[in-house]
Amino acid sequence: MSGPILEVASLSKAFGGLVAVNDVSFALAEGELLGLIGPNGSGKTTTMNLVSGALAPTAGEIRLDGAPISGLSPSVISRAGVARTFQLVRVLPGMTAVENVVAGAVFSRAGLWGVAAEATARRLLGRVGLEERAELPLSAMTYIDQKRVELARALAADPRVLLLDEWLAGLNPTELQTAIELLKEIHADGMTIIMVEHVMDAIRSLCDRCVVMNTGAKIAEGDTAAVLADPHVMAAYLGDE
Amino acid sequence: MTRSEGLTLFTAAAAFAALAALPFVTEGFYLTLAVNMALYIALCTAWTLFSGPTHLVSLATAAFFGIGTYSVAIGIEILPFPLLILCGGVAGALFAALVGAATLRVSGAYFVIFTLGLAELTRQVVAYLQTKVFGSMGLFVLTDHGEGDLFRYLLGLIAAIFLVGWLIGRARLGFAMRVIGNDEVVARHFGIEVARSKVILFMVSGAFIAMVGAIMAPRYAYIEPQSAFNPTMSFLVVIMALLGGTRRLWGPLVGVVPFTIVADFISANFPDHFNVIIGLAFLAVVYLLKDGVTGAIEQALGRRRRAASVTGEGRA
Repeated sequence: MSGPILEVASLSKAFGGLVAVNDVSFALAEGELLGLIGPNGSGKTTTMNLVSGALAPTAGEIRLDGAPISGLSPSVISRAGVARTFQLVRVLPGMTAVENVVAGAVFSRAGLWGVAAEATARRLLGRVGLEERAELPLSAMTYIDQKRVELARALAADPRVLLLDEWLAGLNPTELQTAIELLKEIHADGMTIIMVEHVMDAIRSLCDRCVVMNTGAKIAEGDTAAVLADPHVMAAYLGDE
Repeated sequence: MTRSEGLTLFTAAAAFAALAALPFVTEGFYLTLAVNMALYIALCTAWTLFSGPTHLVSLATAAFFGIGTYSVAIGIEILPFPLLILCGGVAGALFAALVGAATLRVSGAYFVIFTLGLAELTRQVVAYLQTKVFGSMGLFVLTDHGEGDLFRYLLGLIAAIFLVGWLIGRARLGFAMRVIGNDEVVARHFGIEVARSKVILFMVSGAFIAMVGAIMAPRYAYIEPQSAFNPTMSFLVVIMALLGGTRRLWGPLVGVVPFTIVADFISANFPDHFNVIIGLAFLAVVYLLKDGVTGAIEQALGRRRRAASVTGEGRA
């Protein structure tokens, strides 16, 4: 396949008079790990919500493998091959870790059921380091473990593109190192990922390329080190002067 | 099937067989009470099929029940009774599909109000059609089915409701409903068609409630909108199901049995105060037993288990 796996073209989203995403375009090659960064309120999460179908764009188009997915419902987009984690962790509190991950595999692009779905769920829980807590209900788990379950659930969906919305936020330094290694492995296996992130260490060590947003618009794009050294990007983060 | 499932199935089958023999040993008061119990067990379990996992309180029970009753009243001269029960089920499912497609996108309180309004509207429409178009107050359903026959039909239907509920629980639909009950946003983002799943479940539930109405038609003998679409029934079903608890399909069973006995006693001894007492019971159930009797028992067991595992005695 030669074309990009995901293409965002002139995407805009307005909430009444507030333009949260303003004419943003970027593309993602298969197997790439793209960082989507920018100060708070710059429209990163809204962009993620547009890609996953939680919101419908006001203008512009999103294409997955060349087929438009913008404006479709999240369930259809999930079956097309987009999976995500949420900025504020969303787990299924009344179900066990295994059931949470199975929930990612049954109705999504993976389309697994029964023994196959459970085997996949246990394998992925092992991958995020939770094989011993597989039978625990999510309500009894720590915040960090819930985040791990969320990642395993997104992987269980067998996505073409994985969206991570501040998945590294709230981790302590040791946990952060483990988490970065985990994402490196997943990326090395060929998963295409967009990550919205504030943790600069993680962005430097993980992302091939970054898109920087500020007040809804794309202000920079390119090689991670070059983008982070760009005076415009520094100004956006730290203010002018 | 696991061993404990096999045991449950065997016990249930034995209980049903024993109950099917009830009309041979008793008649009159106790048989009538048994029919009332079976009636509400069927209604509440069918109601829980939908309202349990979705947490959406439906007050449209009377509408489905009336549709089933009228299916029999209209067709009794033409078709045999068992076939009409199935027709009632089909009519109920179609009605649920229509209503569900229009309303299951609204949530919470709006759904409750809509279903209540819908049940009243259906009753008014049927009453209007009957008096203005067909020029009569009601329809006769004259059969030779006694209370014993109705009891057996209801038992069979209850068995079918539990069987279908058990099958749904094992199927993708049941799993989807559990995910939806936990977090609808997650459900949507992982490929679940939330609205469609709810409509399908509403159709199954509505079909069974309509079939209950169809089975009960011979008891009324003369079918009028006021008795077939009785709104009190919708409320009674909610109270009894919540009393028993809706987290398990058999939860309502625990509520219906004592409630029917008490309600029968009240309506016999204090007929003028029936609605007041039912209203107070509703408040008590909602305030004191949030997850019903079965929910309270499960919680108590959970607490004991946790306490035991803390002190190190629980590993048995």
